[in-house]
Amino acid sequence: MTRWAMTADLRRCVGCQTCTASCRHANATPPGVQWRRVLDIEEGEYPDVTRAFVPVGCQHCEDPPCMEVCPTTATRKRADGIVTIDYDLCIGCAYCAVACPYQARYKTLRPAYAYDTEMANEKKGRNDKRLAVATKCTFCVDRIDAGTAKGKKPGVDHEATPACVNACITQALQFGDLDDPQSNVSQLLAENAHFRMHEELGTGPGFYYLWDRKDGVT
Amino acid sequence: MSYPDKGYGTFGPRPWQQTNWDWRAAGNFIGGGTGSGLIVFTAVSGVGGIERIALLLAGLAFVGLGLFCVALELGRPLRALKVFRNPRTSWMAREAWTSALLFPAGLAAAAGIPGFVWFAAALAVFFLYCQARLLQAAKGIPAWREPLLRPLLVMTGLTEGVGVFLVAAPFHGIVAYPVLLAFGVLLLARFVVWLAYRRRLDGVAAPGALAALDGAGRLLVFAGTAVPLVLTAGAAFGGTLAIILVAVAGALAALAGAYFKLVLVTQAGFNQGFALAHAPVRGVRR
Repeated sequence: MTRWAMTADLRRCVGCQTCTASCRHANATPPGVQWRRVLDIEEGEYPDVTRAFVPVGCQHCEDPPCMEVCPTTATRKRADGIVTIDYDLCIGCAYCAVACPYQARYKTLRPAYAYDTEMANEKKGRNDKRLAVATKCTFCVDRIDAGTAKGKKPGVDHEATPACVNACITQALQFGDLDDPQSNVSQLLAENAHFRMHEELGTGPGFYYLWDRKDGVT
Repeated sequence: MSYPDKGYGTFGPRPWQQTNWDWRAAGNFIGGGTGSGLIVFTAVSGVGGIERIALLLAGLAFVGLGLFCVALELGRPLRALKVFRNPRTSWMAREAWTSALLFPAGLAAAAGIPGFVWFAAALAVFFLYCQARLLQAAKGIPAWREPLLRPLLVMTGLTEGVGVFLVAAPFHGIVAYPVLLAFGVLLLARFVVWLAYRRRLDGVAAPGALAALDGAGRLLVFAGTAVPLVLTAGAAFGGTLAIILVAVAGALAALAGAYFKLVLVTQAGFNQGFALAHAPVRGVRR
């Protein structure tokens, strides 16, 4: 089996937002819609303050609350763990958006442009199927499917890897198969201390945050 | 790690008020709760004749109005019938299926077909339960996912229904002791569940959500519980004003419950924000 997952090394992320820009470019999301965002978080009290840049987005949960509540079955989970939305089935009730603990879902009612009029790139990337329905990060599922069909390996070959991971300038973001012990993400999780966002909710996110080396690993 | 609550307009890490559901979604819970409560109490009260028909139709109208409100919120309303596709896991789909049965059952009951009034009442109870589960399944909102929200929504729906039943007291003339007793018990039950629910939210929901809930809760306790109880007690002594007193008490109980649900959805729907379980360890270890 395959379980696609992403890791974000919080020690490496510098908050450059290249992943955000690359996601927006690859997926042609309108202004205000960021399937991949990077939060800027400060923790602690002066003078003991830590700053962290935290990539967030759909966590492609093992037990996605968005899928459970969806009244139309528009939201589904594939066998490889990727949570998808069928834009033709979604009625835009936004129930999934309030069920998601990661604020990963967006609903855009009408076309929105960066400037007053639709620019050439916006016209090219326009997808009216995504209007007034729920949208979110897909882990660039089209790239993964097209890449694997050509024998490429997601997380290793750029052609089969999510755009945000490809664009990451510090290699903080990594993508791979959790069920493959030799994959980059499996190796990183074996070597580093990690956590998942809001783990207590039991959603089983497929997005791991690395924050320290594991004891005994140098 | 905790963050100061800055309310609207942020996108993390602090919790912010969800903007996906507004008064239209709240309208579904208000109309659905009031309507189903009214249908249930119409059946329980044993009212007959033209009054029963009017009350049952009014109950269905409230439910229908609520569903119309939520239809206004759909991004793709022309696909609304797809809402029936996933009753296996979705409480919204279950609510839709229950309403699809409730309307014909309620109309059959209003038409006087024997047995249907109880069938409609049972469906109304389940419809109300579906609504409570629907909101509580919204895992992204701490004030909504609290399990005690379920009994609170059921209690307030029933109370609002009885409240509207009493508002119509000058029309049907039923202000018997059992009716007033049931109203009083529901008011107290709603009050107790509200207190328990609110206590469970301490340290869980965002300060902005708690402040909104506390404001609506004060109204629920005083205008929606204490005053109606006093008025109902006054009405229990009889007299010419009794029917007016219970009508006012019913209106207050229903309006306070409706306002509470409006606030719950539109002002207390703060999400959880984001929090790091561990800060990254870089450079020199501390």
